Amino acid sequence: MSNVRVAGTGLTPFGNTPERTSRDLFAEATVAAFEDSGVPREDVEALFYGNFMGELSEHQGHQGPLMAEAAGVQAPATRYEAACASSGTAVRDAVVRIRNGEADVVLVGGAERMTNLGTAGATEALAIAADDLWEVRAGMTFPGAYALMAQAYFEEFGGEHEDLAHIAVKNHENALNNEKAQYQSAIDVEDVLEAPQVSSPLGLYDSCPISDGAAALVLTSEEYAEDHDLDAPVAITGTGQGGDRLALHDRDHLARSPAAREAGEEAYADAGVSAADVDLAEVHDCFTIAEVLALEALDIEQVGEGISAAREGRTTADGETPINLSGGLKAKGHPVGATGASQIAEVTKLLAGDHPNSEHVPDATTGVAHNAGGTVASATVHVLEEVGR
Amino acid sequence: MSDDEEVQDAGFDDWLDAAEDGEAYYLECPEGHGSLPPRRVCPDCGATDLDERELPDTGEIETFTVTHVPTPAFEDDAPYATAIANFGPVRVTGQVVGIDLETIENGLEVTIDVAVSETTDERVVAFEPAEQ
Ligand SMILES: [Zn+2]
Repeated sequence: MSNVRVAGTGLTPFGNTPERTSRDLFAEATVAAFEDSGVPREDVEALFYGNFMGELSEHQGHQGPLMAEAAGVQAPATRYEAACASSGTAVRDAVVRIRNGEADVVLVGGAERMTNLGTAGATEALAIAADDLWEVRAGMTFPGAYALMAQAYFEEFGGEHEDLAHIAVKNHENALNNEKAQYQSAIDVEDVLEAPQVSSPLGLYDSCPISDGAAALVLTSEEYAEDHDLDAPVAITGTGQGGDRLALHDRDHLARSPAAREAGEEAYADAGVSAADVDLAEVHDCFTIAEVLALEALDIEQVGEGISAAREGRTTADGETPINLSGGLKAKGHPVGATGASQIAEVTKLLAGDHPNSEHVPDATTGVAHNAGGTVASATVHVLEEVGR
Repeated sequence: MSDDEEVQDAGFDDWLDAAEDGEAYYLECPEGHGSLPPRRVCPDCGATDLDERELPDTGEIETFTVTHVPTPAFEDDAPYATAIANFGPVRVTGQVVGIDLETIENGLEVTIDVAVSETTDERVVAFEPAEQ
């Protein structure tokens, strides 16, 4: 299977810009991605665009063509919606299209405008990723769903809120020099434990913020990259996707994420690597407990042991396998539709040595991006490898 | 929640009607898989002959949370407890009522109830501690 090169990446700052439209955010990300790639816009054969709540936040459907126009590309465009995994699924299909030989250059990414909804409005919009009849109408929120998973995890495997607090502290620390991150401020364990509760046991600092932002990637075939002499030292060598029942109560297990395990196994096999080969990962830490579930699903941590990974230093910047060197969703921010593509951008820069935190991983050659939708009814995993300049 | 108030959700509202009458049910396929309506196909095995079966009287809370930051539809209800209770053939998500929120714990035996949102007057699947 031929590899797919990440020729260019572009991110807007993630944060609180309620007045900016998603078309403006996505345009900014694509300008940066094209500049980074050296690929001319006219070579783009398709746009795959991730967005979750555009109907609610901007009264805008049919966003594919709108975003192609914003990016200045004349190519057919399709929107992908898989809740918080929207652009992860877009990346996966872009990789598949290029590998199939049906395209040499695909623009992929996503954007989300959220802060204009306010906290209550964004909470309502995020909740629609759950089963409306059987979860939302019972009052389940998105933080509430992850709180149910955290409580189930504590019950089965042990652990306490303080373990989770170390994950938030680590991810804030990692974001300190990420100029695109929403929070570039250090916090300590006490801050997390004393923050107002959102949905017990999770508090404000266990939760990712509500964010506006966009991410874009220019992906090309290996052949195109070589023919055009692109500076594209990182390839997506493995892709996987998993699915599960939508409602959390219908899962076999309340404290695991089998869809992510399925996606991870598929991506590892596709790339011909195993968890032991993974030097770093960006995982979907929408809530602190989500990072635990992700690491266990990816076999980076044994089931039941992920809870102590940050506290014991295995996943910190200088640990065995640094996790979320970008700051993760927790500190970098989580503009839902942009997140999956932004993780690919961060891993690419980390492996290429172009990231502010690359100094922590000078010998890294293999990275993973894990993107999850809802309570992980959707998951994508991508393996990226440095293939050289 | 954008449905016109007059319009029912077939299957779901019928289930709430039954639960209000103390006749909550689940759907069972020939292989014994349980699921909740509205449903035509067993999500586990694809069987299409699903029968309504009486839901066991009591379930057990497997996990719960107290929500302080609600959606607008529950703003007057917060703080409130949401739990997943295991009734055997199916698990159900509901609001725990009739108990001090501090005393909810895993393993608590509950019965199905239908409560009403203080914010919207909409019906809400609820759990009440079972009579000991
Ligand atoms: Zn069945």
